[in-house]
Amino acid sequence: MADGASDATRDDLLRVENLTMRFGGLVAVDKLSFTARRGDITAIIGPNGAGKTTFFNCITGFYKPTEGRVALAHGSQAAFEALPAATFGGKQWSKAEGAGAVFLLERMPGFEIARLARVARTFQNIRLFAGMTLLENLLVAQHTVLNAASGYTIGGLLGLASFKRAEAEAIDKAAYWLREIGLIDRADDPAGDLPYGAQRRLEIARAMCTDPVLLCLDEPAAGLNPRESAELNALLLKIREEHALSILLIEHDMGVVMQISDRIAVLDYGQKIAGGTPEEIRADPRVIAAYLGVPDDEVEDVEAEVGL
Amino acid sequence: MTDTLQPETSPVTRTLPRAAITADVIKDAGITFLIALLLFGSIVGLRTETVNGVLVLMPQFGKALALAAAVAVGRLLLDVFIWRRMKDGRTFTSLIPSALPILKGAGALAVVFGLALYSIPGFRASLVAGAGTVHGALGAVADLLTFACESTFLVMAAMAIVRAARLIIGQTPEEAVGQGMLRRFTADFGREFPIALLLIALVLPALTAGPSQRYAIDTATQILIYVMLGWGLNIVVGLAGLLDLGYVAFYAVGAYTYALISTQFGWSFWVCLPLAGFFAALWGITLGFPVLRLRGDYLAIVTMAFGEIIRIVLLNWQSLTGGPNGINRIPKLTFFGLPFDRTGEGTFASVFGLKFDPLHRMVFLYYVILALALLTNFITLRLRRLPIGRAWEALREDEIACRSVGINTVTTKLTAFAIGAMFGGFAGSFFAARQGFISPESFTFMESALVLAIVVLGGLGSQLGVVIAAVILIGSAERFRDLEDYRMLIFGLSMVLVMIWRPRGLMSGRTPSAFLKARKNISGSFVKEGRG
Ligand SMILES: Nc1ncnc2c1ncn2[C@@H]1O[C@H](COP(=O)(O)OP(=O)(O)O)[C@@H](O)[C@H]1O
Ligand SMILES: [Mg+2]
Repeated sequence: MADGASDATRDDLLRVENLTMRFGGLVAVDKLSFTARRGDITAIIGPNGAGKTTFFNCITGFYKPTEGRVALAHGSQAAFEALPAATFGGKQWSKAEGAGAVFLLERMPGFEIARLARVARTFQNIRLFAGMTLLENLLVAQHTVLNAASGYTIGGLLGLASFKRAEAEAIDKAAYWLREIGLIDRADDPAGDLPYGAQRRLEIARAMCTDPVLLCLDEPAAGLNPRESAELNALLLKIREEHALSILLIEHDMGVVMQISDRIAVLDYGQKIAGGTPEEIRADPRVIAAYLGVPDDEVEDVEAEVGL
Repeated sequence: MTDTLQPETSPVTRTLPRAAITADVIKDAGITFLIALLLFGSIVGLRTETVNGVLVLMPQFGKALALAAAVAVGRLLLDVFIWRRMKDGRTFTSLIPSALPILKGAGALAVVFGLALYSIPGFRASLVAGAGTVHGALGAVADLLTFACESTFLVMAAMAIVRAARLIIGQTPEEAVGQGMLRRFTADFGREFPIALLLIALVLPALTAGPSQRYAIDTATQILIYVMLGWGLNIVVGLAGLLDLGYVAFYAVGAYTYALISTQFGWSFWVCLPLAGFFAALWGITLGFPVLRLRGDYLAIVTMAFGEIIRIVLLNWQSLTGGPNGINRIPKLTFFGLPFDRTGEGTFASVFGLKFDPLHRMVFLYYVILALALLTNFITLRLRRLPIGRAWEALREDEIACRSVGINTVTTKLTAFAIGAMFGGFAGSFFAARQGFISPESFTFMESALVLAIVVLGGLGSQLGVVIAAVILIGSAERFRDLEDYRMLIFGLSMVLVMIWRPRGLMSGRTPSAFLKARKNISGSFVKEGRG
């Protein structure tokens, strides 16, 4: 449930302005402006083809947006003050590390968004390293830290003690996350051998191993049974509480969305047609019409069906 | 194995039938005799000899009959004493549908045959003579048989030594308590087999003592060059999943680096070796940049073109490379400064008080390439356990997911190209030092294809697979030199067969780079092959 009490203390983490993504003649994301607050679980919903995944791809550097700005602040929203200078100075970020850094994500390549801006994501069609074990998947996710500890391979080849320590720590961290997602017993099995629901959880754990400040989940409950979906809810809430994390969540499963999100944004044809708390969204007839793809005059029937 | 066929007979209550010669067994032995006679009759029974410059056919059917009889008696004995007991009274022929006994029989025969080859002096000679007589397929079969038996025998002996050594130092393979001789013997195959191979490699010059020793060591050196190339390419293709059809370019760069520097400046091999590796790595990066965005077929085509470009440049840059004439009189390897010369002061032979023998140089070359190959393997295995190696494999599994966890795919690909190329460069400079002469002809696309075939046949990413495939491909190619015309045909055909039988190569699957509780091998069906 939305935690109303702390609303006032939550400041902005991600500011998206005028984001547009065109594929030839198709406008997948259309002048979208959007804000996500630090510590929130912000859900993005909308019918298929609304542009949700494209929006994620723009934030995480997999697509270069045609227009618009995507800015992310570490620390507090005061960091956004450095934004105009960085924007007009042609920079990718105001500074690369620490609180008060602000990142212009649309200008950064994907791997640096993950590494410096610390935005992690999962994929709608699961992308695990199928031929590697669960443990290896989580170690690959800690590549940045481990690679630096291995002295960019040279020290590792020589077998430096500091690298061995770093690797032991990385394995501990991986084991922690495997316990969190309940897959510790399968640590040494290939990821491709897991059932669907477990693969989804592993993908979340892998994203968490990169130490993100913002976690973007693309339909994590797709294909899960009700019990798995409930476990997912619990996992996401726990992660958010324990790891000072903000979550962007694309989801069709209304059970998940309504129960755990603080804010919801609704996309249709690349535009944001509504935004607010779950209660507000639930009551918005435009949303139901767009989401379920029915003409406005049938909305009441639909509402009755979904129990409003 | 037998118990699964007949679950009702428990090992305890099963009564072993009395050894008896029944009509079935006689018939079986008779058929065996006829088949053996047919084979030996054509291979051994007819023999050509040159008498006064004219080829004449010399029948030696007595020998063929004796051999066939020996096989039939062996069959009879096996039938009566081993297979009958094993199968509760069923004869071997009635069991043909289940493949396992055949394999066992073949294995037993291979051992017997191998033993015979080593202990009966005339036997091998007659086989070889037979091979010389009947050209084409039958001769090749006999030759292949000899080759296979020799290697099987050698490997089994080495594995027995390894097992014995492990038992002596108190290590018992966990699975070694199972049932069945063969099963128990191969229980820890994955661990013992590579050690056995290493053992054989280390003492190979001694094993091959005899008239054909030079040829054998030369072939082994040749195989090791390809093992090293295969291991180098394995980093690019097997680990990083980047299909590179121009690998020979780096081999060429290494070879020409050594050839040019040593002839122009007179620097020694050991100084040039790192330089050759460095230049090859540089070329690896140079190739890497333009192909970064390419995948799969496109990557393969561009890398192939790159390999050709290098060759054509070498061919046309007369003033530097000597063009098609290549580079001559490349200084040969010395034993830490001592040349392997026939005459003169301070040669290897004179310093160690030995009689000059060209074999010294060959054995030294063999150990140099063995050391280089082992170094390649050692570094590769280490790299696999480092973040960089894991990033390569992750890249092969899913490039997009790699970027989502902050891996710089550009530098990761470039390091794979560079390090793979570096080992190619090492192998190239060794090649130049061994041959003493190089020309662009040695660096054609066929070489790239051959190295890639070794990696693919062995199983992408498998170090052991590369060794096995190199022994099979290069070893048999050497062995069948007389069959020049059919070699490529057989080569292609066997590749097709292997790809049908084991689409992921002989050694599919991978060993995880880290583990929490136990290292379990991952089946090849989960492992991606990379799309470039
Ligand atoms: N790479 C692409 N090239 C062309 N069209 C694309 C591409 N990616 C997405 N689209 C189009 O953009 C629209 C939005 O897709 P998407 O973001 O996947 O929707 P959602 O995730 O909301 O279901 C769709 O019409 C889709 O076909
Ligand atoms: Mg989508």
